[in-house]
Amino acid sequence: MAAVFHQEAGRLTAALVRTLGDFDLAEECVQDALVAALEHWPREGVPANPGAWLMTAARRKGIDRLRREKRYQEKVAQLEKSIGPLEGGPGVRRVGGGDAQTLPDERLELIFTCCHPALAREAQVALTLRSVAGLTTPEIARAFLVPESTVAQRLVRAKRKIVDAGIPFRVPAKEELGERLEEVLAVLYLMFNEGYLSTGRRGASDRDLAAEAEWLASLVTDLLPNEPETLGLQALMRFHLARAASRFDENGDIVLLRDQDRMKWDRAKIDEARAIVGRFLRAGRAGPYQLQALIALAHADAPSWRETRWPDIVRMYDALLAFGDSPVIRLNRAIAVRHVAGAKIALAEVDALADALGSYHLFHATRAEFLRELGRIPESFDADRRALALTDNPAERALLERRLAAARGLAGQSA
Amino acid sequence: MPQYMLMFVGNDDEWAAQSKEQLKSAYAEIGSWWDDLSKQGVIKKGGELAHRNTATTVRRVSGQMKVSDGPFIESKEHVGGYALIAVPDLDAAIAIAKSWPGKSTTVEVRPIVER
Repeated sequence: MAAVFHQEAGRLTAALVRTLGDFDLAEECVQDALVAALEHWPREGVPANPGAWLMTAARRKGIDRLRREKRYQEKVAQLEKSIGPLEGGPGVRRVGGGDAQTLPDERLELIFTCCHPALAREAQVALTLRSVAGLTTPEIARAFLVPESTVAQRLVRAKRKIVDAGIPFRVPAKEELGERLEEVLAVLYLMFNEGYLSTGRRGASDRDLAAEAEWLASLVTDLLPNEPETLGLQALMRFHLARAASRFDENGDIVLLRDQDRMKWDRAKIDEARAIVGRFLRAGRAGPYQLQALIALAHADAPSWRETRWPDIVRMYDALLAFGDSPVIRLNRAIAVRHVAGAKIALAEVDALADALGSYHLFHATRAEFLRELGRIPESFDADRRALALTDNPAERALLERRLAAARGLAGQSA
Repeated sequence: MPQYMLMFVGNDDEWAAQSKEQLKSAYAEIGSWWDDLSKQGVIKKGGELAHRNTATTVRRVSGQMKVSDGPFIESKEHVGGYALIAVPDLDAAIAIAKSWPGKSTTVEVRPIVER
């Protein structure tokens, strides 16, 4: 039943937002319909067409809610039209000729509305999780470790802006599609990273944001096939998820890619991701997510950290930089350069990024590694300490502290 | 049809510091953009605001309306003009804002409240 709800919640919300033009009312109706299903299905069995059943239930619940408020007569008429004449009896089981295949799937419209560039990024993320993936406000709050009231307020403001500013409910026209899709992918990638980084500190019952983001990305590829960047993002997420089991040790501490037990990687997932790579390569239109997926593929295929195709990875980072110069990409490129040209050259490349990345903990952590390798131990201590001062993520802090302790031990021996 | 206010925000002094030729060609571009949209019925009204040095502020201070020199907010950027447009939704308003030919201007898009 959970799987059905996951699939249907966004679909129902989308259809009702279209009919009612009101996110809150749409969500309440969907919630009511899911509750009705929880009551009926265990007793009466899951209906042959659960989607249509839920849609009918949601619309009837909507009519009930609206009848209580006289000013919505016009909307009641619209809802009644969309389910046909009400047949006798309380039986929401009867769905007339309605059929999930004929119910229009408007989730793509919903996704584009939730990820409209006129909304703040946090609002886009919260609204997409709430409306498309069907997460509750408390679930979103726990996933982002922010108070429930903060999420609730973000959602209220975003929904109000959609109505008041006239953000349309539709898939953007062809000439805007590229730009708007970029926005959607950025929202999903942020959601994914947030989930992926927090894996170590999540409670067992919490929804996994990374898995939600991957589900949403696969939904977008289903609804909008042949967009190579969407496929690229989906493949990238799947490569990362394939390594999930080896990312933390039994104490919940981070294990870096170089130290991971590659036997624990999920080979079936890697093959799925590889198949997606095949699909976007056939499209022949390169893009940043696709390049990142190719880098992830190079790591997935490597028998060890040392035997990774580093020269290929450097070339892919160069291609990535051609799409948009970014100091963070340059930092990652330097790690690959270290394996091709040595720590001295890699350090020089990283040092050139000091102005842009001085307050980024991974800049200092990367410098520390290169410095240690070059035997510049006191400087490496300083760099690790600065990295430590710049991150709040407990797993990352634990890693840096362990590293400082180990390096101190080594320095003690040699002194 | 929903209405939106486009506010053209820029630096008055930079605008005024342009050469005569630069100003002339900038006004020509903006003029033809404005005429096209007015003919299509998109722009309902609007115009250029005079330099902020000409601004006068009237505000209520302990019950009395006080008149003072200067704009309401001192900042490097000011609203230098506005256009009231009628379009179906925010995306259409954004599309118009994107087509604004002013070189160094930011465009703020605000819906007009319907009551």
